[in-house]
Amino acid sequence: MTLLTQIWDFFSSVKLAICTLCALAATSIIGTIVPQGEAPAFYVNKFGTKTAHFFQILDIPDMYYSWWFLGLLGILSTNLIICSLDRFPLIWKIITTDNLAIVPDRVEKMQNCFMWEFGTNKLDRIDLASLLNKNGWKAHSRKVGKDEILFSQKGRWSRIGVYIVHFSILLILVGAVMGHLYGFKGSIMIPETESTQKAFAYKNAESLELGFEIRCNSFILEFYDNGMPKTYRSNLTVLENGQEVLTREIEVNSPLTYKGITFYQSSYQGYQDFILTITENSSGESKQFIIPFQQQMSWEGKDLHFGIVNAEAIGKRVVRSKIWFKAGEHPASIKWLNDNDKTTLTSGAKEYTLSAKQLYATGLQVAKDPGVWIVYIGCGVMMLGLYLAFFMSHRRIWLYKKNGSYSPQLWLSGSANKNKMAFAKDFGELKDSIEQAVQR
Amino acid sequence: MDSSQLLGITTFTYLFSSLLYMAILVFKTQKLGTVATVFTGLAWLIQTAGLGLRWVESYQMGIGRAPLTNMYESVVFFAWAIILLYLLMEWKFKIKIIGSFAVPLAFLAMAYASFSTDLTKAINPLVPALQSNWLIAHVVTCFIGYAAFAVAAALGIMYLLKSISPDLGEASPSLSVRFPSLTIIDDIIHKTMVFGFIWLTAGIITGAVWANSAWGTYWSWDPKETWSLITWFFYAIILHARYTRGWSGGMIAILAIFGFVSVLFTYYGVNFLLSGLHSYGSS
Repeated sequence: MTLLTQIWDFFSSVKLAICTLCALAATSIIGTIVPQGEAPAFYVNKFGTKTAHFFQILDIPDMYYSWWFLGLLGILSTNLIICSLDRFPLIWKIITTDNLAIVPDRVEKMQNCFMWEFGTNKLDRIDLASLLNKNGWKAHSRKVGKDEILFSQKGRWSRIGVYIVHFSILLILVGAVMGHLYGFKGSIMIPETESTQKAFAYKNAESLELGFEIRCNSFILEFYDNGMPKTYRSNLTVLENGQEVLTREIEVNSPLTYKGITFYQSSYQGYQDFILTITENSSGESKQFIIPFQQQMSWEGKDLHFGIVNAEAIGKRVVRSKIWFKAGEHPASIKWLNDNDKTTLTSGAKEYTLSAKQLYATGLQVAKDPGVWIVYIGCGVMMLGLYLAFFMSHRRIWLYKKNGSYSPQLWLSGSANKNKMAFAKDFGELKDSIEQAVQR
Repeated sequence: MDSSQLLGITTFTYLFSSLLYMAILVFKTQKLGTVATVFTGLAWLIQTAGLGLRWVESYQMGIGRAPLTNMYESVVFFAWAIILLYLLMEWKFKIKIIGSFAVPLAFLAMAYASFSTDLTKAINPLVPALQSNWLIAHVVTCFIGYAAFAVAAALGIMYLLKSISPDLGEASPSLSVRFPSLTIIDDIIHKTMVFGFIWLTAGIITGAVWANSAWGTYWSWDPKETWSLITWFFYAIILHARYTRGWSGGMIAILAIFGFVSVLFTYYGVNFLLSGLHSYGSS
């Protein structure tokens, strides 16, 4: 045996598959117990210097991407490929073989086998093919000398089910590798009304060019009556060369995708500043101001002065704020306003609509993953393969009319590659049905 | 009548069902078997009504969500899935003895859901991460899988009990004489595990798709995900060992039980012992 065939045999063995799966399952446990992706100091504090050093050597803090874990996945992939290449030709032969060319001896020696003997030639008057057909077995037949063989099969393609599953695992891994090579994962924090063209990668905090600009128009937080968070919603606009291209609201579970880059709502941050929107009702003119807490600002040219003089908060979330508003020489108005609510103030002859909300920044996950569709296709293919591999079996039936030198005989035999008990039952029923027909 | 009353009644009816199925082992009357099946079917309908009512109640509270979102609801659904699966198996395989091993699991789940003080029974609204159409698909696929693995483990225990008791024929004092033959139990264990494996696969896939639509990453090696994959590997190993290395019988029965331990850890252990993305499952 040459070295090459030895290597081939090693990688095509099921033993290796079982060992690799065991190793993957066992080592995967480590990463669920030792927290992943923390700073080196974390491991020193929690496990001591020696253990932390040992962890560092074995890449335990990032074990699912370590050389040895990826190595195990590599062995699994090689194993899947080689074992499929090794076995597939034989399976293909079984699927495409001419089953009518079977050696008659084999028909007489199968596990599921039955024989009828006839004193007369009444067998010739029975249409065996239509008899099988009536029982749900569409048959082909061939004359061999004085004898005749009929054959019917079901579910022969189920034999490739297991290879489809193996292929799907490879597809998923290819998709994952594509995502890592050509995609990125990062995050951005954009304060309301501001925009950015960059995100920050998780891996190395490197800045990633988006290739366009994204602006957060507003961020809304909603809560249920019992205080649980209900909605995190950002209104985003995509800009290219300063031109607005697309505006959409995103929520958790409802992201925005533009040019292959997807923005997911993931967090937020509240500031001590406020967004105050003032509309002069008579002219319809409106302007937005970002105003720090307890500082006075003015709308130049309109002689309007305003500020947030007080606020009420739950934790860091402002629930209402107290607005001070003065138009020209008219007396100032002071009013409490719920967050993100509006009010109308009259000052002299003019009416103004004011709305105030706490300034937030929306936290977005930014991801580009060109491999995700390959992964999804892999998942679909896997379900199909599992169905074929487990819920279908290749069942074959032979009917052999033997006009030997003795009295005519009729042999029925059959086999299934899986679920043999169920097949034996079906075979028994077919046998009874044929018996009824031939004994009549 | 509200949902918690119906689900409370279910707990006791499942206890009674368990006793009826165990009685079949002791008394050899055909009628008792029919009574056990009909009673269990009714108990399951009561539970179905309870789950449905809880769904309706959530709408009346202005929340409107499927009753599948916290530990309490998942345990109740687990019991529901076990009984549904068992009844389908009884119909398909015509072996009632399995009930005396499978139905008590559903009772234990319901008893834990009803009497544990760790679980919140209140109908709470959904946090943003759970507001997704994938919720129902993910939970249902996973729990059908879990239920199948539970029944496979019950069958594993049955197999081991039968294989250790000496075969003295009908005269044997041991109750395991009434069990189906070892070959048949082995075959059903295998079929149940295969069924569970397919649903677990679907559960992991729906979870991955959901994670991708919520967080932009279909796999993040969070402890829950990793444990579901470990469980998946475990059953994949069993299936390979059976197909290609001819393992069967006692070895597979033992592995079916260990597989379920892995399922329980994935389902329950991870939520309480390890931290991660699925933390909402622990309340």
